[in-house]
Amino acid sequence: MNDRVVEVSNLSKQFKEIKAVSNLNLNVYRGDVFGFLGPNGAGKSTTIRALLSLIRPDSGTIKILGNSLKEKRKQILSKVGAIIEKPDFYGYLTAYRNLEILARLSGKEISRNRILELLELVGLRNRAKSKVKTFSHGMKQRLGIAQALLHDPELVVLDEPTTGLDPQGVKEIRDLIIRMSREEHKTIFLSSHILSEIEIVANRMIIINKGTAVVEGEVKDLLNSDTVKVKFEVDDSVKAKKAVENTGWYNKIEAVSENKIVFMLDQNEAGLLNKHLVENNVTVNAIIPTRSLEDFFLKITSEAG
Amino acid sequence: MLTLIRIELFKIFSKWRTYIGFIAVGLLISIVHLAMYLEGQSSIDRMTSDLRESFIFVGNLLNGYWISYLILNSLAVHIPFLIALVAGDLLAGEATAGTYRLLITRPVSRMQIASSKFIAGSIYTGLLILWLAIMSLGIGVLIFGSGELFTKQSEAIIILDKSDVLWRFLLAYGYAFLGMAVVCSLAFFFSSLVENAIGPIVSTMAVIIIFLIISAIDVEILRDVRPYLFTSYINQWHEFFNDPVDYAAIRDAVLILAAHIVILFGITSYIFNKKDILS
Repeated sequence: MNDRVVEVSNLSKQFKEIKAVSNLNLNVYRGDVFGFLGPNGAGKSTTIRALLSLIRPDSGTIKILGNSLKEKRKQILSKVGAIIEKPDFYGYLTAYRNLEILARLSGKEISRNRILELLELVGLRNRAKSKVKTFSHGMKQRLGIAQALLHDPELVVLDEPTTGLDPQGVKEIRDLIIRMSREEHKTIFLSSHILSEIEIVANRMIIINKGTAVVEGEVKDLLNSDTVKVKFEVDDSVKAKKAVENTGWYNKIEAVSENKIVFMLDQNEAGLLNKHLVENNVTVNAIIPTRSLEDFFLKITSEAG
Repeated sequence: MLTLIRIELFKIFSKWRTYIGFIAVGLLISIVHLAMYLEGQSSIDRMTSDLRESFIFVGNLLNGYWISYLILNSLAVHIPFLIALVAGDLLAGEATAGTYRLLITRPVSRMQIASSKFIAGSIYTGLLILWLAIMSLGIGVLIFGSGELFTKQSEAIIILDKSDVLWRFLLAYGYAFLGMAVVCSLAFFFSSLVENAIGPIVSTMAVIIIFLIISAIDVEILRDVRPYLFTSYINQWHEFFNDPVDYAAIRDAVLILAAHIVILFGITSYIFNKKDILS
């Protein structure tokens, strides 16, 4: 297909005894916000480093924007912006100078105004002349976003971009990702270990574990078919447990504590269960759905195995 | 490529450690000048006391040339440390700071990155030698004036006319730059192997000190090893102050030092090209 922005085929990489990535295949299409999920140590960073030519794969091929990374590395990298893991800069230089240096390396004419515009976008305009060593992690993360967008790339690779940010910062980055995708039509490759983050911004996703793909597809399809962990806060959990004793919900109890009872339910079951509990004189104070990557991941792997 | 070199130079000269070398050289030479100003004549007298029994010395022996010649002798151990301080940081510093990722994900080849860093390191080396020349020779001549250069070469005493000295110094400094460029390439090589700058500095100095000790011990088996040690050629600048100058020996030494630079840079580039960036 012509609109494939990233094509990874049979990618493998081993570090001494450890197989970091094994025969990984994935495709990212133009305009995608592609969620790249996996627990820590799953091989996400190794894959991203291979995509950006920081490491050399043992085998497999990577094509970006239709070109082989091995053959057209420079041409490809001129159209790719990235944040890889923690944002590091030249601490002894100012934010502006860091971006200026990176702009010169981009192979494109990037004006002073563009740099200032990006600093404005990430909320660092008033710190342009401050040395980066004085920045907090969150500020560096935002500067990382600015450097990734400097040369107006077609593909933006973001490796855990919200790590270490406060809730406001997380929201700003998410909004920025959505805006880049919707308004600037950029393709985003977003790595994360937080499922909710992917759920909010991505349209397609892949989950990897131990270096191999576990599941890949449309986010809405994958997550909508998922069961949800739902926590019911009740007046008496023993009474609540008794109320579901002879129903199918009894086997879906995950945990019970004094005023809480947790069920693993299908998407539309929470309402019915709530009705059942109320009809059986259980006071339900709150219904809290939770879905973690671990739960989703466990479900997917148990289905696969 | 020029842009890359400019960026690397900008980075080098934005770091405080870069100026340590210039400050150290400036301070060292100022101290030597002050000491010579106060005690220089008695030092000359002591050095020439034996000779004065057979020769009559006329003219200004305590001059800028003689002091510069003395200072040039500090090349073998002291200046390499100041060069390793910067050259050892060129690649390892990027790994420590985590900025390899910024550099290598730009549309520039690894070879271009390695070359620009090495050229920038060599320019720093050249500037340090130039600073050494300005401070020792330039300021030395200003303070102490010029005159005949009195040197001891092996078993011989050579006195060079003052009109015959400057060109020798210029060539000696040029040669010194080549010798120090080998040190720069050695530190650069070590810098490609590790992820902190201390390792390359210590390793470079360790190699130089070991080589110098091997050169200094007068045992036959070690004597055979000497031609293979680059440190044996670093002080070959003395040759420019011989009369006549042995150009064949200088040519051979230049070729050997240049070969060291090419080989060390080649290995470093190969390692850097193959390196997985995990920092």
